[in-house]
Amino acid sequence: MITTVILASLAVYSWKLLGYLVPQRFITDSFRGFSERVTVALLAALVAIQGLTTDGEIEFDARLAALAVAAVLLALRAPYILVVIAGAAAAAGLRMLGL
Amino acid sequence: MRKQVLSTSISVGLATGLYGVSFGAIGVASGLDVLPVMLLSLLMFSGASQFAFVGVVAAGGAPITAISSAWLMGIRNSFYALRLTSVIGPRGLLRLLTAQLTIDESNAVSAAQGESRMQKLGFWATGVAVFIFWNSATLIGALAGNLMGSVEQWGLDAAAAAAFLGLLWPRIRQNWQLALLGAGIAIATTPFLPAGVPILLAAVVALVPFRGAK
Repeated sequence: MITTVILASLAVYSWKLLGYLVPQRFITDSFRGFSERVTVALLAALVAIQGLTTDGEIEFDARLAALAVAAVLLALRAPYILVVIAGAAAAAGLRMLGL
Repeated sequence: MRKQVLSTSISVGLATGLYGVSFGAIGVASGLDVLPVMLLSLLMFSGASQFAFVGVVAAGGAPITAISSAWLMGIRNSFYALRLTSVIGPRGLLRLLTAQLTIDESNAVSAAQGESRMQKLGFWATGVAVFIFWNSATLIGALAGNLMGSVEQWGLDAAAAAAFLGLLWPRIRQNWQLALLGAGIAIATTPFLPAGVPILLAAVVALVPFRGAK
């Protein structure tokens, strides 16, 4: 597992370093746009997987309410830390109530 | 001005620290030992990639799937680096350190500053603050994870989902169709595909050109 972790870390680091080594003129707008779209698609997928699935099954539970609370706070421009805390608190609270 | 940048950097560091506790706890809950969880925070040092990695591991996915999910998730750091090259202008070995600190938060705080001196300060202060808080928090989460019972009881799984939503939020307005499609594909294919693959599949939809997408 340590080897897998190190390989994955090097893979991620390669992107970080690449940006400092590539001359800027090689980066086209369409490539920039593609990167933004990849990020959006991946983040949306992570929200969905982390929030709505458990062990390979779709599951709607307290996390859905936590995401709703987070979305409302984000729309109100609440600070990031508050959004994360409120998400955790909403889920923990609902579970404490047995929901 | 300087003070303001430093206080923003520290508050961003604290916020990431909180979500770092989630990462540490979720990491050990996914079956990893404390050491690999710590190595992920120290070496990979890119939250979304780390969550993608442990998500695949937790669900019993293959190592190559875990590596490629983390790798794909890290593409955007390359674009932050492109922007930061002109702001920081690192030379020689300093590039290696600058690259490691190139993440969502350091780039975002830097980009939010007007003057170039403050942009530079924003990058370094946030990068260092997040590195310190993220790694200490991961250690706390990983050690406490075994003691404090389930990740669910404390809502830490929901905290991670909320944190991703927070990162996605500023980008969602321009790309909401893509976000819905990515999330929908990931959810719909989760019951049928090996862990991690739904996330990669969501990345493929980014190839589809959208009307109005930038």
